[in-house]
Order: sequence, then structure tokens, then C-alpha cells
Amino acid sequence: MYPSRFHYEAPRSLDEAFGVLQAYGDEAKILAGGQSLIPLIKLRFAAPACIVDINNIPGLDFHEEDSDGSLNIGALCRHRTLERSPLLRSKYPTMSATAPLIADPMVRNRGTLVGSVCHADPQGDWASVMLAMGGEIIARRADGSERAIPVSQFVVGPFQNALAQGEIAVRARVPAARGTRTGTYLKLERRVGDFATVGLAVALEVSGGTINRAGLALTGVGPNNIQCTAAEQSLAGKSLNASTIEQAARLAAEAAQPKTDVRGSAEYKRHVVYTFVTRALSNRQASAA
Amino acid sequence: MAQALDEIKIGGLGSSRKRVEDDRFLRGKGNYTDDFKLPGMVHMEILRSPLAHARIKSIDTSKAWQIPGVHMVLTGEMAAQHNLAWMPTLSYDTQAVLATDKVRFQGQEIACVCADDPYIAKDGCEAIVVEYEPLPPIVNPWQSQAEGAPIIRDDKEGQTDNICYRWEVGDREGTERAFAQADLVSKLELHYPRSHPSPIECCGSIADYNSATAKLTVYMTTQAPHIIRAAVAIVAELPEHMIRIISPDIGGGFGNKVPVYPGYVCSILCSILLARPVKWIEDKTGNLISTHYARDIYYKGELALRKDGKILAVRFHCDSDNGAFFSDAQPTKFKIGLIHSAFAAYDIPYGYMTAQGAYTNKAPGGVAYRCSFRVTEAMFFQERAIQAAASDLGMDQAAFRRLNLVKDDQFPFRTPYGFLLDSGQFHKCLDVALNAIGYDDFLREKEAARAQGRRLGIGISTMTEPLGAGNSREYDILGIKMFDAAELRVHPSGKAILKIGSQTQGQGHETTFAQIVTHELGIPAADILVQHGDTDNTPFGMGTYASRSTPVAGAATAMVARKVRAKARKLAAHLLEVSEEDVEWELGRFHVRGAPSNGVSIQECAMAAYGNMPDGMEPGLENNAYYDPPNMTWPFAAYIVTVEVDPETGVWDVLRMVAVDDCGVRINPMIVEGQIMGGMTEAYAMANMQFITYDAEGNCVGSNYMDYLLPTAWETPGFELHEVVTPSPHHPIGAKGIGECAAVGGPAAFVNAVMNAVDDTGVRNIDMPLLPDRVWEAMKYKRDVSGAPPVKSDS
Ligand SMILES: Cc1cc2nc3c(=O)[nH]c(=O)nc-3n(C[C@H](O)[C@H](O)[C@H](O)COP(=O)(O)OP(=O)(O)OC[C@H]3O[C@@H](n4cnc5c(N)ncnc54)[C@H](O)[C@@H]3O)c2cc1C
Repeated sequence: MYPSRFHYEAPRSLDEAFGVLQAYGDEAKILAGGQSLIPLIKLRFAAPACIVDINNIPGLDFHEEDSDGSLNIGALCRHRTLERSPLLRSKYPTMSATAPLIADPMVRNRGTLVGSVCHADPQGDWASVMLAMGGEIIARRADGSERAIPVSQFVVGPFQNALAQGEIAVRARVPAARGTRTGTYLKLERRVGDFATVGLAVALEVSGGTINRAGLALTGVGPNNIQCTAAEQSLAGKSLNASTIEQAARLAAEAAQPKTDVRGSAEYKRHVVYTFVTRALSNRQASAA
Repeated sequence: MAQALDEIKIGGLGSSRKRVEDDRFLRGKGNYTDDFKLPGMVHMEILRSPLAHARIKSIDTSKAWQIPGVHMVLTGEMAAQHNLAWMPTLSYDTQAVLATDKVRFQGQEIACVCADDPYIAKDGCEAIVVEYEPLPPIVNPWQSQAEGAPIIRDDKEGQTDNICYRWEVGDREGTERAFAQADLVSKLELHYPRSHPSPIECCGSIADYNSATAKLTVYMTTQAPHIIRAAVAIVAELPEHMIRIISPDIGGGFGNKVPVYPGYVCSILCSILLARPVKWIEDKTGNLISTHYARDIYYKGELALRKDGKILAVRFHCDSDNGAFFSDAQPTKFKIGLIHSAFAAYDIPYGYMTAQGAYTNKAPGGVAYRCSFRVTEAMFFQERAIQAAASDLGMDQAAFRRLNLVKDDQFPFRTPYGFLLDSGQFHKCLDVALNAIGYDDFLREKEAARAQGRRLGIGISTMTEPLGAGNSREYDILGIKMFDAAELRVHPSGKAILKIGSQTQGQGHETTFAQIVTHELGIPAADILVQHGDTDNTPFGMGTYASRSTPVAGAATAMVARKVRAKARKLAAHLLEVSEEDVEWELGRFHVRGAPSNGVSIQECAMAAYGNMPDGMEPGLENNAYYDPPNMTWPFAAYIVTVEVDPETGVWDVLRMVAVDDCGVRINPMIVEGQIMGGMTEAYAMANMQFITYDAEGNCVGSNYMDYLLPTAWETPGFELHEVVTPSPHHPIGAKGIGECAAVGGPAAFVNAVMNAVDDTGVRNIDMPLLPDRVWEAMKYKRDVSGAPPVKSDS
């Protein structure tokens, strides 16, 4: 790997990091897990003047529930930690289904959920999960102030996020559930470690068989991760049966904006969305590879 | 009486001794080309074309020269001053070393930069400004032959079209007559997609020209160091004895490291110009987009059938897409390798085939990717056509094969395309495979599952292939006949060193070739060092590819060991004070006929060769042997795969995979099994995911490992291996090639299984790779899915 020349900073605190960001302006790039940034600089598609490695900043590697029941995931919490988390396994089925489907063990050892959402790759899996769960990104400024940006507004385009210059995404947040969480993540990939041909995040909050809140989002079938708002609304307040499932599947397939490419035709991908929603909601295991 | 040696215990024939190579590889103590660092060495990087087809208007290197640490910026124009802008290919064409007039494929070499480190060299490449005039790109044979298509090879005098060769073989009239008598003609058209051998270690070289001695030493990633030495002598016009090619540990070759690449030539020229060692290490994208691809053939063929299932004749046509330069690595006589070995396993009286090659704006190649010169392409078409014919006849897949496979009493058997099969038990192999998979039970299971809406399928592939070129009558490369040599020296203490001209890249020659010597001499394998990969210190050999090492260099090894044994016999007679005729050989020991306890070991003979030879005998115990094989070796394989296809998504899973291989005598059964599993993994890859294609602009899709998919341990199915042993009648120890069988015969088994699972849809063919969307499309629309570049795209 022979990237262009760059300056490297490894701040030991957020304050130091903000200092470096200020000095370099839009020439600085934050390095979290590096699993998206390093491939880019390797190919010289990106040539930032300064790389700000945040890995030495304490207090960012956590994931825990707040007293209000919301889940917070720090900027250095790795995919691997989420994959093995007992907390996610017991209470966040969509997230614990997603983590092992991301990339391969080596990438999961380094890559972060927050970094993935910041990267805003339309084929990134976490942004769909965050959309489905109504998650947000907490951005922090040099003066210590923070703002919460819903992921639906955070991802503004392919590889573009809503962070202002000088802001650092310090954590992601998932609000408390109304009821019990059920759901899953289904992913059609050509090979383990592949990005999704089609990915589907389903996150339901259910009490007594009634869906209080439904979250459905798609990966790989549009210029961004797609929140299936119509399908979500069609399920809210209802219970799952053949006709509500069919309707949600149809609406989700309509929401997809797939393109024909080397991974398959637009028609095929739309069909897989339909099949996946049907399978996820009727609790049938997908036999997707 | 001395205890007889246990051949397995001392690591002889049939011993699954552990690979001696693995110690250094597993401990990180191997030495690959990139591990060598020479004093004063500079680093070379290559600037590649972003466009598939364009005229070069200008190349401005001035900014690159200005970068501190840059020592050389080499362009085609400068190379031309040394007569090196172009080089000959192994198919009697020419290939640009550095483009001067046009670029003809994306990734083509335009210039290179030598600098203090690779970062600076890369910066230098980025600083070169090239002005292009884009030309229409051609990405398949049909475009290349369309009216008004631009001539890609306008550098070649007299070239007025985009055709690089035409070839035919067989009996045209006889075949026509047979077709006229057919009850049924079964037709099939398909495409074997382009793929890339993709060794994990990319190509690279360190050229070290010593201006004082005028000796050129090149460390490089080559599967064929001796041929490279000859090629360098020709291309660079250097005296051959002043060229030393060192091929150190190699991180996989699979055919990709047979050819001469521009990068090697540039590193040599830069070293001569700079009088410093020049290191070039290719990156993954450079390897995938510019070095030799494999396959990329369109077939159209038909079988003439009698009602009862007998095949009367076969004819087919191949359109090969050869990329920008016709540079297949293949024996001189053949233009599309040994593709006419297709159907060799079947008793078919008449056959005729034609082939035509197209220049396109794609990477050159046509290398034998884990196969013996396009036999993979041959066997894939064969087994797909056999399945289609059985279906057309309404006959069972196994029964149709049983009826037509060559029978044990038919050897030697001449195929309609001229090959001579010499041995095999084809029916036995098929039966072992059918039994292992539980054929009849599975067919019943399939019917039952179908009634529940599930799709199961079973696919068979049976094939024999010619491995181990040559014989020298028919096989040469660049005029050099395809034999191999071995040198064996036994030291006074009875330890030995074997030097061979072949070149291991993972096959385990250092392990198995010692075992051949052990079998012949009884010297424990652990006492034998196998050396290869240095042209100054090993005898001539054509290299390791096309499964030829054991058939040719392995045979030379057995023969040289026998020569050494013959001399040892004289020494034994001297030591035992009897005449030579009264000395009898047992493994590792001579004894006096009729008095088995009165003997001497091979080690004692070795000592005598240095310290107690009879009067008049030349001292020492060593010899060499050149081996010119009388025929190819013909392994046979029967592969059966069962799958389940998800009717909703087209995703398919392998349920079971049974492989029955007959590669003759197995020198090291463990290594043989490893070779079969490796080959089968690549077969699965080909059927399932692995291909390179190009979009309409000629951009390579598959230029990195996120796009060019190699299967991991996660998706690769388990393989159940079985063996049948029919020794080769002419190989000194009865061995046949095995390194490639599974990669050659395997793909059709997977594809046939999926096709069998959708056999109620009327679909005749889905082209590889059988990605889920293609299988789904075939099921949904009940139509064939032919994947040919350019990639479909609606963006
Ligand atoms: C082989 C391979 C396979 C992969 N497969 C998948 C897959 O199947 N699914 C999937 O979803 N992903 C996949 N990925 C991507 C992987 O998940 C990345 O880890 C992830 O997208 C980015 O996280 P990171 O921490 O590595 O971010 P980095 O690479 O460090 O950063 C990515 C971008 O986000 C910015 N950034 C990172 N952190 C912050 C922050 N705290 N504040 C502000 N900006 C920030 C960086 O500046 C950079 O622009 C794959 C990656 C590889 C190399």
C-alpha cells in the first residue's frame, strides 16, 4: 500500500482532536477503524493532508444502555464487540443479527458502527439498522456542545454525511423501545465479506401481538440506505398476519430503487426485497448465502 | 538377515509424509521475491492506462523527473531505442512492453518510474501526463468482427481485421456423414467466462545487472525459470550464460506466472540503464487487470446421436477472446491449446472442430489456469454437452455416460481428434462415484422434494485429460522441446541432493520428488534435499504448469535415480566381492544372490564411491537424466455434486460433492488429496462466483478482491474423496498428473447439478458463474441466461 504523503496525528483527547481538526480544516480526515478510509487512501481515491487517528482517545469504546433505556454506542465500539455483546443478543435482535454479517472477522475487529454510518456507503449495513431503529448520531463541537442528528437526516447522499466541519461523531444512540424488540437483518451476498446485493433491516417494537413501532430499511438498493416509510406505517398498530405481511413486502419492494449491475438486475433485487420482507416478518429463515 | 526397509516409514512411494516446505512457510521463514533486498536497490512502479482503447498523443514525463528521489522514468519511446518497446509472445505474436502508439486495454503499461522507495515511484507515475485520443473499445468477439470495427492491431503489417488465428482439427467429411445418419442432433451454445488465476502473491522481479561482470541476475516470480532465461536472451539480446534466473519461494502461480510480462522486461532494462538493482512488485489490481487471464471462450457445438443413446459424432466451434495481444502460453502446434482433447473419454468415431481467435480491448492471455493448455475449457463444454444430449434423449445421465465412455478393453484408444489414450477404468470410477453419492436414492429424494416445492439437483462430470506435455515430437515452446531433466548427487554419507528443472509454487515438489528417489534408492526422504528455481544451479526444465512436473520431471527423477543405482550396483559387487550379476537389489540394499544376509546398504555404496571404488572406476555417485515422455498421462475423474436451489432467490447450496480420481500411482496421498481439494475449490468458485468481465467502455470489472470473488472457507463445500488406481503404462513409477483434474472437471459437475434442479423449466443453459440472479431469471422466465460482456447496466 503506497498512499500519497500525509501528515499523521494521534490526539489523546477530544480537545486535542478538535485542535487538529481546526488547524487542517477540510484537509483533515478522522480515522476510526480505518476499514473504509484506508482502502480509499490505498487506491489514492482519497488523499487527505492530515489523518486524525482517534483510536487513542479514551472513553469512546463502549456500548451501554442509559437510565432512560436508550442504547449508546461509542465512536470506537467495534463491529466485533457488537457481534459478541450479550446485551445486544438479549435485547437488540436486529443489531445482533447484523454484526456477524458485516465483512469478515479481520474487518470486524477494527471497523466501527459510528465510522460505518459516517462513511455513508449505500451498501453499509449499519445505517439501515440505525434507520430501522430510529437511531441518531451525536455530533460534538470544539466548544463541547453536542447535537443529535437522526440517521435519516445524517446520511445526506452517497458517501456524504451531515457533519459540519470540525464536528466529531462521538456516539450513536438508539431510543428506548416501546414494547419488546423483535426483528432481524437479512443479507444476500455473493460471498462472505461481500457487500450486500440486498440487505434488509427489520426492527419491530411489539406489545401483546400489536406492533407499536415498525422499522424497515434497505441496503444496497438505492443511492442511500432506504427507510421504507410506507411499509412501516402500514404495520404500525397492526399485528402480523398474511395480509399485513404481504402489504408490507409490497410497499418495501416499491420503496427500493435498485439498479441493474454486476450483482443482478433491478427486477431481481426488488424481488429479493419482497422475499426478504416476507421471510423476516413471517420468521422464516432466509437461505441467503 | 537385515530387516527389510519399510518404504512408507522412510518416506517413499505412498507415504503421506508432511510437506517439508511447510516448516518455513508456517514460521514466516520463506523467501519470496519481495523479501530480497539488494544493496543500492531502487523501486519501480508502472503507470497503467485508464482507458481501454486510445491513441497516445503525448507523454510528458518532465514533472516526474523533477521529483527528488526519482532515478528513471522509462517510456516506450526510450525502450524502443533498445529495441524493447515490443516483445514476442509465446504464441508468435508481439506484445507492447510500454505503449508507444496506442493503448489497447485498460491497465496496459505506459511508463515506469524507478525511485528510492515505492511511494516516490508512485508519486512519479502520478506526475506523468498522458494525452489520449479515445477510440471505440471492443469488449467481445462479436464487436471485434462487426463491420467497421476499428483495427486493434494496426501496429501489425497486413493485419486488416481483428482475427488473431484460425484453427481446425478432425475429420470434417466423416463427421458430416455421421451427422447425416443421426436420429437426433443435440445442440448447445455457451460461454466460459473470463477468469484470472489470481495467485495471492502478485508478479514481481528484482533485476540486478552487474555492469562490471556483465552478468544479469533476476529474482522473479516465475513458474518456468529456464524458459524465461531463454526468452530473456532472445528479447534482451543478452548471452544466455550471463543470465541467471532465480525463482525463490512462489506464492502461487496457477499458470499466471508462466509468461514474460512487461514489468519483468522493464525492471531488466532499468537495471541495465541505471546499473543498479531494480525491484518491481506488482499490486493486486495490476495483477488482476494486466497479467494473463484464462478462459473467455464462446462455444457452439452439437452431438450426433442414435436413438439408443450412442454418440456417432461431435463437432463444435470456439470463438476465443484473446485480448489485445495473442499471447497464450501454449505449445507451438496448437492455437487454442489442447481444447481438442474434448470428448476424449467417450468412444466417438468422428469429430471435427474449428476455432477462431479475436483481438479485443481486454487484457491479453489465455493462460492455462490450473490446466493443461485449455483442457478446462474442453472438459467443461464436453460435460455440459453430454448432459444436454442425455436430456434430449430422455436418458439417464449416468446410463448415457456408461454407454459411451471408453471401455477398459479399448486401450490404447485413438480419439477422433488424434490423441492416444493409454489406460483407465472409466466405468469403475463412475460406479464408485454413483455408489458413494447414493445415486438412485437421491433421484427418489429429488422427486419427493419437488412435490413439496423444493428443488434438488444432481450433476455428474466424467473426464480424462492429457497431462504432462510433451512428447518432443509434438510439443515445443518457442522451438524448445518439452522434456525435463534431473540431477542426483549422493554424498559420501549417503545423503543426497536432487536438482530439478521444474518449479514448485505450492505443489510440494521438495517433498514428493524426494519420495521418488526414496522409492528408487531406499535413501530416507529426510536425507534428500530437493533444489530447484535457480538456472545456474539446476538442470534444464520446461517449468511447472499443465500438470507436467510429476509426469515429466518426476519421471526424469526416477530415471536418474536408476542410473545412480546402476552405478551403486557395481560398487556393491566390488564391496561384496561378487560379480554384478550376482548382486540383487532390495529397497536400500544390495545383497548376494541366494545369501540375503550378506549385503551392503546404499549408504555403504555411496561411501565406497568416494573412498573405496574399484580400480578404473570414475569416483563419485551422481548422474543426470533428460526425460522425453512417450505420451501424455491420462488421469480420469468422476465428480458428482448434489445441490438445493432456493426457488425464491436462486441461491444454491451444495449438499454433497463426491470426487473419484484415478491419477495412477499416488506418490504422497496427502498431497494428492490437497491438490484435489484445491482444484475443487476453484471449480466451485468458477461455477459460483469467480469471473472477470468488462463494461461497455472496456473497464475491467474484477480489478480487486471485493469485485473478483474468491471463495473462502465459509462457502466452500466439503469434498468426499475416493480413489481408483490405474498406473500409467509408460511413466516409470506409474504416476499421472493430478494437480489440475478437479479444477478441470469440477465446474461442469456443479453447473450440471443446478441445471438438473431446474430441469422442468426447459432451460438448456445458464452461463457461469451461476450467481443467484441468473438462476432466478432462468427459473422465472424459463429461458437460458447467457452472460456475456458488456455487463448489463441501466445507469
Ligand atoms: C473487506 C471489507 C469488507 C467490508 N464489508 C462490509 C460489509 O459487508 N458491510 C458493511 O456495512 N461494511 C463493510 N465494510 C466496511 C466496514 O464496515 C468499515 O469498518 C466501516 O464502513 C467504516 O468504519 P471504520 O471505523 O472502519 O471507519 P473509517 O474507515 O476509519 O472511516 C470511514 C469514514 O468515516 C469518517 N469517520 C469515522 N469515524 C468518524 C467519527 N467518529 N466522526 C466523524 N467522522 C468519522 C472517516 O473520516 C472516514 O471518512 C467492509 C470493509 C472492508 C475493508
